[in-house]
Amino acid sequence: MRIPYPVLLKRTEDTPKWLPVVTSVGAVLLAFIISGIVLAATGANPFKVYSYLYKASFGSWGAFSDVIVKATPLLLIGLGCSLAFRMRLWNIGAEGQFFVGAFMASAVVMVPLVNLDTTPRWAIISLMAVLGMLGGALFAFVPGILKAKLNINEIITTLMLNYVAVLWNNYWIFGKWSESGFQMTKTFPKSAWLPRLADYAKQVPAFSGMTLHVGILFGLFAAVIVYLIIYRSKWGYKITLIGDNRRAARYAGINITTNTILVFMVSGALAGLAGMTEVSGVVHRLQERISTSYGFSGVIVAWLAKLHPFAVIVVSILFGALLVASREIQPSGISFLIQGITLFLVISSDVLLKYEIKWVRPAQETAQ
Amino acid sequence: MNWIEIFRSGISTGTVLLIASIGEILTERAGIQNLGVEGMMLVGAMAGFKVAFTTGNVWLGLLAAIAAGGLLSLAHALVTIHFQADQTVSGLSLTFLGTGLALVLGDGLTGQTGPVIPRASIPLLSQIPYLGPVAFADHNLLVYFGYLLVPVVTYFINKTRPGLHLRAVGENPAAADTLGVNIYRTRYLYTFIGGCFAGLAGAAISVAIAPGWYSNLTVNGQGWIAVALVIFAHWNPWRAAMGGYLFGILRRFTLDLQGPRILFGLANPFFYNTNLVFFLQMTPYILTVIALIWGSSAARKKRIGAPAALGTPYQRGERGL
Amino acid sequence: MTLPEETITVPAVEMQDIVLRFPGVLANDHVNFTIYPGEIHALLGENGAGKSTLMNVLTGLYKPQSGEIRIHGKKVSFNSPRDAIAHGIGMVHQHFMLVENQTVTENVLIGLDTPRFTLNLKKYDQEISNLAEQFGIHIDPTAKIWQLSVGEQQRVEILKILYRGATILIMDEPTAVLAPQEADELIETLKEMAAQGKSIAFISHKLTEVQHVADKLTVLRRGRATAERMDLKDYTRESLASLMVGREVIFNLHKCEQTAGREVLRLEDVSALNNKNLPALRNVDLALHEGEILGIAGVAGNGQSELVEVITGLRPCAGRIWLEGKDIANKPPSFSIRQGLAHIPEDRIGVGSAPNLSLTSNIIMKRYDQQPVSQKWQLNYVAADSLADGLKTEYDIQAPNVHTHARKLSGGNLQKLILARELSSAPRMVVAMQPTRGLDVGAIESVQQLLLNQREQGCAILLVSEDLDELLSLSDRIAVMYEGQVVGVICSQDFDLTQIGLMMTGTLTQDLPENARVEETPTEGTPSSFDEVLDNLRNYEESAQAAQPGEIEPSSESAEPLEESPQPEPPTPPEEPPLNLTEKERVLRKVLGEKYKQGDEE
Repeated sequence: MRIPYPVLLKRTEDTPKWLPVVTSVGAVLLAFIISGIVLAATGANPFKVYSYLYKASFGSWGAFSDVIVKATPLLLIGLGCSLAFRMRLWNIGAEGQFFVGAFMASAVVMVPLVNLDTTPRWAIISLMAVLGMLGGALFAFVPGILKAKLNINEIITTLMLNYVAVLWNNYWIFGKWSESGFQMTKTFPKSAWLPRLADYAKQVPAFSGMTLHVGILFGLFAAVIVYLIIYRSKWGYKITLIGDNRRAARYAGINITTNTILVFMVSGALAGLAGMTEVSGVVHRLQERISTSYGFSGVIVAWLAKLHPFAVIVVSILFGALLVASREIQPSGISFLIQGITLFLVISSDVLLKYEIKWVRPAQETAQ
Repeated sequence: MNWIEIFRSGISTGTVLLIASIGEILTERAGIQNLGVEGMMLVGAMAGFKVAFTTGNVWLGLLAAIAAGGLLSLAHALVTIHFQADQTVSGLSLTFLGTGLALVLGDGLTGQTGPVIPRASIPLLSQIPYLGPVAFADHNLLVYFGYLLVPVVTYFINKTRPGLHLRAVGENPAAADTLGVNIYRTRYLYTFIGGCFAGLAGAAISVAIAPGWYSNLTVNGQGWIAVALVIFAHWNPWRAAMGGYLFGILRRFTLDLQGPRILFGLANPFFYNTNLVFFLQMTPYILTVIALIWGSSAARKKRIGAPAALGTPYQRGERGL
Repeated sequence: MTLPEETITVPAVEMQDIVLRFPGVLANDHVNFTIYPGEIHALLGENGAGKSTLMNVLTGLYKPQSGEIRIHGKKVSFNSPRDAIAHGIGMVHQHFMLVENQTVTENVLIGLDTPRFTLNLKKYDQEISNLAEQFGIHIDPTAKIWQLSVGEQQRVEILKILYRGATILIMDEPTAVLAPQEADELIETLKEMAAQGKSIAFISHKLTEVQHVADKLTVLRRGRATAERMDLKDYTRESLASLMVGREVIFNLHKCEQTAGREVLRLEDVSALNNKNLPALRNVDLALHEGEILGIAGVAGNGQSELVEVITGLRPCAGRIWLEGKDIANKPPSFSIRQGLAHIPEDRIGVGSAPNLSLTSNIIMKRYDQQPVSQKWQLNYVAADSLADGLKTEYDIQAPNVHTHARKLSGGNLQKLILARELSSAPRMVVAMQPTRGLDVGAIESVQQLLLNQREQGCAILLVSEDLDELLSLSDRIAVMYEGQVVGVICSQDFDLTQIGLMMTGTLTQDLPENARVEETPTEGTPSSFDEVLDNLRNYEESAQAAQPGEIEPSSESAEPLEESPQPEPPTPPEEPPLNLTEKERVLRKVLGEKYKQGDEE
């Protein structure tokens, strides 16, 4: 291949297994360096910011528990995205699916759908989880069917529906479910809370104040399921085939319409479950700000993990740390900035996996 | 309800969408899809406001916005043209990057007021009944710039040599390449121009239509709507203009719906239940989806498609062509 | 044709010792290539021999690692196609380099320095008309490219080059997409241009054609020249072939005599639209039997792809398609796959394989849902790998192992992979589209033999090909398609190239009485009755009324009730063709009508 000067790219025949890991790690490191430069330009001391970032996230067990709490929705959303992206479906609507999942889970308590005093805790929580997933799945069904039947650009539809979901939630928390005029619902009764470590502080004193909740187990379980789907199941084979060559998949008799909708719905269900864990495990009520752009960070998590479900676990913990630390950091956009630069560098570094790069002077340029 | 005011302000806010989508049309006509319009607009809005605020000169602010949007788009150009990365992912990361940059660099600007683009009326034309006050009276200058932009860009694309090359590069880059058109240069150029327009559109918000910096609420999804409009408009500037103005008008209309007690002879539900406003606020987003559905099915019927090479990186074949 | 005096003329092109290396391939190894003005110089070689590469060096797309190029005696160094154009070099690529939704004029003007800014299309339309007339080319400069036929598009490509004042024309396999008569017409145009002093490099791998058109000859094999600037008269076809391939070429196909069995596939009144929503298939009726190869001949773009897609379930259609007694029209591809339909697609990379997946994943594409690969919800990758390993050996697929990505396979091996997948499932019917295009001679032989083996095993094969030689040597019957219609079906004992060629250009059936196509003959569907069809076709000029027999309707042994296949309606009159088509027809008829008479006299 020839590319106008000054670089020459040569398709590599075999990519060593370690190279993707190295480039990903390199991209993250480089992202921190570039962000540091931007920070320095705004007058902040990047070293202080980064050491603060570290302390605020990995400095203590309590901090680490916070990180895992933040990583939980990222993990679930990242898994959903990695499944959809494998089929080259750009579900950017995890944010909206997250909100609808949170709404549906809250409905169990707020309507209420069951008698909250007599129903056992596990049943309430299961119902919330199921409804959360259902909500996310149904909300993702819309862009899914539009993509499958009419080939409508799913990026735009999922993004637009994000706004719709947030406004829908607002309608309820500002109106019907408003707690005496505040923009939030009443606190859920304990029977609708996901169990968390702090609940067992009596037995294990070290757990006191730890916010880590059962949701992370949902996430890890989902990671195993997604792994089995992608690497072991026939359905995963179909998804991979459609993702690599849609026309070949159609030729092989695979129903692309159905699979598009299904993958969208599973992806949405995982985001909806993330919404449920957030209201049931963390804030214990439905309110306006339950997401710090989890839906978008999940996209980056999935991409950084190269769509591998187990890598998603690691990356979501790292991003959870970034979110925890950046809560209190000024200026507020810094986590966005780091995420954006990271994603850019990761996709740029992919060129290293595909090609060997040679630098040449234009005069020496020859056909490759 | 004051219909003249609704149309007036619709044209004014529609100008933002118009400028951004025309930029994106130029980029996509060259075969590059840049989904980072939202990010570039935010950076443009921030840069425009910041420079106008610090220097006191709104024109410098506009220039800064154009430069900021253009520079940011070059990141997308590099990654998608030279590194052949996926344009979707790159566009998304551009949105993140732009949002982050704008928030970091725009820190502390919230709540400030700066200079704004001057307003003007067009003599004679503003005297036309109804149309005059709606379209030609007391608008900021960028609105008039928008009026000029549409025919100029249409002419440029369809009737000039660079426009011919632009279309060729977006439709069949290999053909253009064999005839000596520099594909990479063309694609860089129009990605950059698209970025410049997005930056300008951002600044149109922060120094003209809704002056001020309100962090990421400044743009609030309009970049995405602009991208959707491009599809709805079938890559045609005239349709993009119509769509942009229509959106602006509908937006303002839904806002004004909450005003009157009586609406079409009935008790206005939006007046008596303020929470219904959230449904009104959903309309632009839902309309975007509907416009997209409508636009793409119309495109299918009329056999107008996206530029054939949209989204595919160009490289000369490894053997032959 | 008189050859120019080489001694007194400076060569138009002189390429010396050209070396060009691609990763892993020496594409041109010290090749020399010289053309004099007014000369047609053929460049002969197999696919991948380095012909196109050498010519792309001459057009400035590639820069050679070493070697010299002289144009009209002056040493040059091209950095881009622009430089080559400036020296009067133009190339008509095998795949046309045209922008579909722009007009002829716009396509010609791309990349030029004038007009400076504003396109004054009217003025340039006129200029291009005049230029076309000068070389006897008929074309409407305001037509959009997608409205033109393939032959017309090729003329636009030639115009592009002529408009740039090119004196050196490179034609890359220009006849590959044309019907024989269209090809003859092109060759006349080329000779006309040579007579006006242009130099023409003619890339081809067809021996007969080269003998017909060229003055001089250079043969390439694996990047090396095995003959340079030779006079054609010194060579026989056999010696040319051995220069090209490096060994004696014996097409050692074993085709046994066998009679076709019962009907496997039947198309009834099938119509379909193409991607541009224009009619691509018009009321097609076809039947195909066990142990029979039905060849589909036609100029590219006359509905062959759509025919294949309709049968394989990839394109919706009107009408009925019976496969083993089941209607598969408008059913998803999975349905016909279950009925035992195998499909060897035209586009091996874009449709036939998943380039970034392993050999195994590509092999199991159609049987991931069958034992032993499928285990409940799971995929048994161990079983899949061993299946793939077995087929890799059986079909001799050259790859390091079954985990190799499909995109790393060579064209021939990729085709073997597809054949292994499709044929190993013991299909009832195979639809093969261009199965040997772009393969080297060895691979072509083995692919063709595999198809014949399937025929012997009683499989019904629909073979679509643009290579008439292939069709003639493999098919039991040939159906010719023109503008979406089957204009005639011919049996192997009556194969006649002229006849097929005339049908391919639509000349033979235009005045065919309507009932000749559709009238049902209540006879047994023995192929011999096709003679009558043929006679009818031959005599159509003398007596349009003489039509007696029609399309064979093989007796309905299939389980389908008769009322399901009603009396065929009179064919709907073909839709009004666009204006440029009628013009084209007029021209073709004028040109071909005379030829047809000549052919008849012989």
